[in-house]
Amino acid sequence: MTVQDTIGAALGLASAKSEAAPAAARPVRRLPVQRDWPTWALLVAQAVILVGGLSLWEIAARAGWIDAFFWSQPSAIANTMAIFFTTGDAWTDISFTFRSTILGFLLGTTAGSLLGLSFWWSRNYAAIVQPYIICLESIPKLALAPLIVLVFGIGLPSKIAVATALTLVVSTLTAYAGVKALDPDGEKLFYSLGATRLQVFRKLVVPFCLPWIISVLRVNIGLALTGAIVGEFIASQHGLGRAILYAGQTYDIALVWVAVLVLSTLAVIMYAAVSWLESVLRKGVRQ
Amino acid sequence: MPCSAPKLCVDDVSMTFKTPGGVFHALAPVTLAIPQGRFVSLIGPSGCGKSTIFNIIAGLLEPTGGRVIIDGLDSTGTIGRVGYMLQKDLLLPWRSVLDNVILGMEIQGVPLKAARERALPLLHRYGLGGFEYLYPNALSGGMRQRAALLRTLLFDTDVILLDEPFGALDAQTKLAMQEWLMQLWSDFGKTVLFVTHDVEEAIYLSDEVHVMGTRPGRIIETIAVALPRPRARMSALSQEFLAIKERCLALLTVSPAASETMNRAA
Repeated sequence: MTVQDTIGAALGLASAKSEAAPAAARPVRRLPVQRDWPTWALLVAQAVILVGGLSLWEIAARAGWIDAFFWSQPSAIANTMAIFFTTGDAWTDISFTFRSTILGFLLGTTAGSLLGLSFWWSRNYAAIVQPYIICLESIPKLALAPLIVLVFGIGLPSKIAVATALTLVVSTLTAYAGVKALDPDGEKLFYSLGATRLQVFRKLVVPFCLPWIISVLRVNIGLALTGAIVGEFIASQHGLGRAILYAGQTYDIALVWVAVLVLSTLAVIMYAAVSWLESVLRKGVRQ
Repeated sequence: MPCSAPKLCVDDVSMTFKTPGGVFHALAPVTLAIPQGRFVSLIGPSGCGKSTIFNIIAGLLEPTGGRVIIDGLDSTGTIGRVGYMLQKDLLLPWRSVLDNVILGMEIQGVPLKAARERALPLLHRYGLGGFEYLYPNALSGGMRQRAALLRTLLFDTDVILLDEPFGALDAQTKLAMQEWLMQLWSDFGKTVLFVTHDVEEAIYLSDEVHVMGTRPGRIIETIAVALPRPRARMSALSQEFLAIKERCLALLTVSPAASETMNRAA
């Protein structure tokens, strides 16, 4: 055995292996490369799918391949949309749903974040309250909606309450997660500088937990909208949720589609607004 | 009474913790008397209670026995009397370097504007010029330590405690930071208590080195460093320096071996 063999064996370069599979026999492979289409091409593709889908739907309904009574058809939906916005309750419904969503979102997020942050003040208090918060999280809040509507009536307050119930617990738990992630050495630094508890809270705990609180905003806007709609499903005189329920019960399928479309648009707008708010807040926090 | 004149006096301070396995003696009675303007180091193996002493002096931990006397006043268990720099720099990521440095003043109620005006020239003078409006995550390790140290100095206490401030820095940066610290110390005239694992660093910087031992944490020996100041880097090669280093290393390495020998004998 030569020195080279010994080194080769030590490095795991078995000479038999290289004889069995010489380099030339190995298939030549290149790194797979994906070419990106220009933006306009992507937009065209998206438009084709949309127009194609709608046309197919319309043709299928007219040709009798699908039952237009159950599925409705794009032309009927467009007509209903025009009526809904001109002679219908569109703006009343939109503003009703929008208000309950926004108010529920603000109330739930604010109260929840404050509750979560408050656990920093006392370990005993946090230990006592924590099981209740976890219970509250595990209850399907929507199951409580009928009760909430009974207590708060069929007006706006009950919708706000359902939206608040959905957002509050998530905010509480997230803010509390922030509190728990706080570095004890950070508190030590503040106290070594002679800080009061209030100073530690304002200058350390709150800014430290802000990224956590911000991260939950986008989730919460969706939850608040769900809460408001479910509240309207149970009992309401206005709102897009009520419009959907009413249209479904009267077999006005085109109106169901219209309300769902308007609702989706509303959701997208609010989501975009919250995303913008999030980016502004993040810039202010710099984490 | 040994604790009448010095700036900082740790008078017979001891610390025990109750653990499930019994009582743990973290600190046997320790006495330290540090005159105004001195630079004093504590060296010792991990777990010898260096950080415990610091926490007690800073008022973050109530000692089981003994007192902490600052300027002749009993300061046991009171916070905000000394500047304390922990091992981590603990710069707040949402504040600019300038606003981090003034944290101590801000907490003490100095108006923001006045605090910033005081801090700005110092940032420029001590190597953080041009960094004042950056956020800590844009800074290198050495720069972050500078900011943390300036924060400690600007807290305006006569005594400052530095817990391994350069422990996480690379050797090159560490040397530069030692020079920088020496300059700050001679400019500000603070009384410094310094913890380090680095024997050479301790001797190079200090007027006095306390070597500590474990179980319980205690001071084994106090060594005066009489090398003239300002000290050149080359002084680390002098006979006197090497003798002190040898003595420190002997104290730090001998104790476990000695106890082992005793165990074997028994």
